[in-house]
Amino acid sequence: MKAIIIDDEILARGIVKEYLQHYPDIEVVQECGDGFEGIKAIQQHGPDLIFLDIQMPKITGFEMLELVEQPPAVIFTTAFEEYAIKAFEAHAIDYLLKPFSRDRFDKAIKKWQQQNPQERQAETAKLVSVPDISPNRQNRIVLKDNGKIKIIPTANVQYLEAADDYVKIHTAEGVFLKNKTMAFFEQTLDPQNFIRIHRSFLVNAHLISRIEPYEKENHLAVLSIGVKLPVSKSGYSKLKGVLGI
Amino acid sequence: MTNSIVTGNRFRISFFSWWLIWSMVHALVINSYGAGLLQSLADSLLCNLLLAACCLLITNNMKYYLPQKERYWYILIMSLVLSGLWLLSAKMLLKLVFRSDENYLQLLTNSTAIRYVIGFLMTGCMAMMSLLWYTLQEQQEANRRKEEAEQMTKDAELLKLRQQLQPHFLFNSLNSISALAGTQPEKARHMVQQLSDFLRGTLKRDEQQWVTLEEELRHLQLYLDIEKVRFGQRLQTDIEVMEAAGNMHIPSLLLQPVVENAIKFGLYDTTGEVMISISANAENNQLHIRITNPFDEETAVSTQGTGFGLASIQRRLFLLFARHDLLHTSRTGNLFTTRLIIPQYNHESNHH
Repeated sequence: MKAIIIDDEILARGIVKEYLQHYPDIEVVQECGDGFEGIKAIQQHGPDLIFLDIQMPKITGFEMLELVEQPPAVIFTTAFEEYAIKAFEAHAIDYLLKPFSRDRFDKAIKKWQQQNPQERQAETAKLVSVPDISPNRQNRIVLKDNGKIKIIPTANVQYLEAADDYVKIHTAEGVFLKNKTMAFFEQTLDPQNFIRIHRSFLVNAHLISRIEPYEKENHLAVLSIGVKLPVSKSGYSKLKGVLGI
Repeated sequence: MTNSIVTGNRFRISFFSWWLIWSMVHALVINSYGAGLLQSLADSLLCNLLLAACCLLITNNMKYYLPQKERYWYILIMSLVLSGLWLLSAKMLLKLVFRSDENYLQLLTNSTAIRYVIGFLMTGCMAMMSLLWYTLQEQQEANRRKEEAEQMTKDAELLKLRQQLQPHFLFNSLNSISALAGTQPEKARHMVQQLSDFLRGTLKRDEQQWVTLEEELRHLQLYLDIEKVRFGQRLQTDIEVMEAAGNMHIPSLLLQPVVENAIKFGLYDTTGEVMISISANAENNQLHIRITNPFDEETAVSTQGTGFGLASIQRRLFLLFARHDLLHTSRTGNLFTTRLIIPQYNHESNHH
């Protein structure tokens, strides 16, 4: 069994390694100090288990997980992450609150050993799809663009467009893709800033310059960047609520 | 809801005994003016029962309606009217009962003025007493609310203080100690010592207190040493203090949160080594402190709004100096700079 430890504090990685010495069948193949290294290491080694801290340089543990295709089983190690804990508790994946004892660590390993691989994968996938786990998510979107990790402040996002299994993120820099649902973004982004005006469109409210009637009962939202987007009936009432018209 | 004046046992006893004594005096006086014993007793009983009822009416009325403006006019008019009504009905009843007793009827007519004055005084006194009682009650209630509000403010401030202790920092430090305990027990013990010293220093200090910059930096150093154990080589610090600045004063525990913010910002916004530099100098009898940390221009916007945890520092500076221009932040290249200005006036009076 291969394991990777991802934590920005060397001593914190050390204690996981020390506790793991009692499990000769689990081998620590790599230690990583941040999420970037973590992604590379996971792709390179395909570990069976990762120990993951949440608050780390640049991207959080959650954001890192989102960028890994088929993430492995995860045991979170964190000091105090009030937002995260809610998400953990809903799923079978275990979390260790720092500082943790060996007994507690052994319990987490046992829980992991008792799951079969399908279960593990399903739980990790579910965890990643839970919206609004940390306040950082309201302010930025982390995605992979041509193999490079990109952090987009939500203020730079013009609008989001549904595209099959993906969501197209339109920015001044260009269009980016993220493997998520519209519902996920609708729940994550601040509803005062982003309005779901249509089944397929979530728009940055600050860019709307006017609303035009369109055909019988529909409307068009005209953005200051020159784009026109369709507004559905329920989208129109949401717009009225947020913009106060 | 205010308590009613009439619910207290003490009130009931004194009210009852007052009317008993007064009725006896009343009967004696009437008797001494030549009325018969029966007439005197009946007169006294009837008049005073009615008057006591009027008094209860007044105080009950005031329980539900306490005049705010013109309250003394209100009392005056109420007493005048009520005692008039009282006298009228008492006289009518007495005349009816003793309609054949000429002597008594004459006495009754002669005493109208004095009866009215007495009735007015009694109801007036009762009204004044009730007014004072209910006003006092209102004031006590208002005071209680004020005290409660003050307590809440204090609690909120205490909570803020506790939050300054940063549970994140504490738990992560404990985790480091736990890690060291297995492999390097001596270092673990040393870190326990550092952490204790730091916590003791934080708890001991009072937010109102002023300390010299040197003292504040000694406290800060404890914090930095602990963070360096946690982050190892990644965290570098450089502290430069001009001689004149070291003896200048600063509100205690002001610098540490600013540095903590810089460290957090630097460590979580970049990968690789992070240099935090702190420099202090004296300018125009003001203490200038400059703290820089590296950041990434591309992602910084996305890190927790724009305040970077400096809002509470800004607020504290405003509470202390009533000025908004003492905290500045700027970005140049990959460096984020926080500038603090601490005016030096007026601190002697706050010292201790």
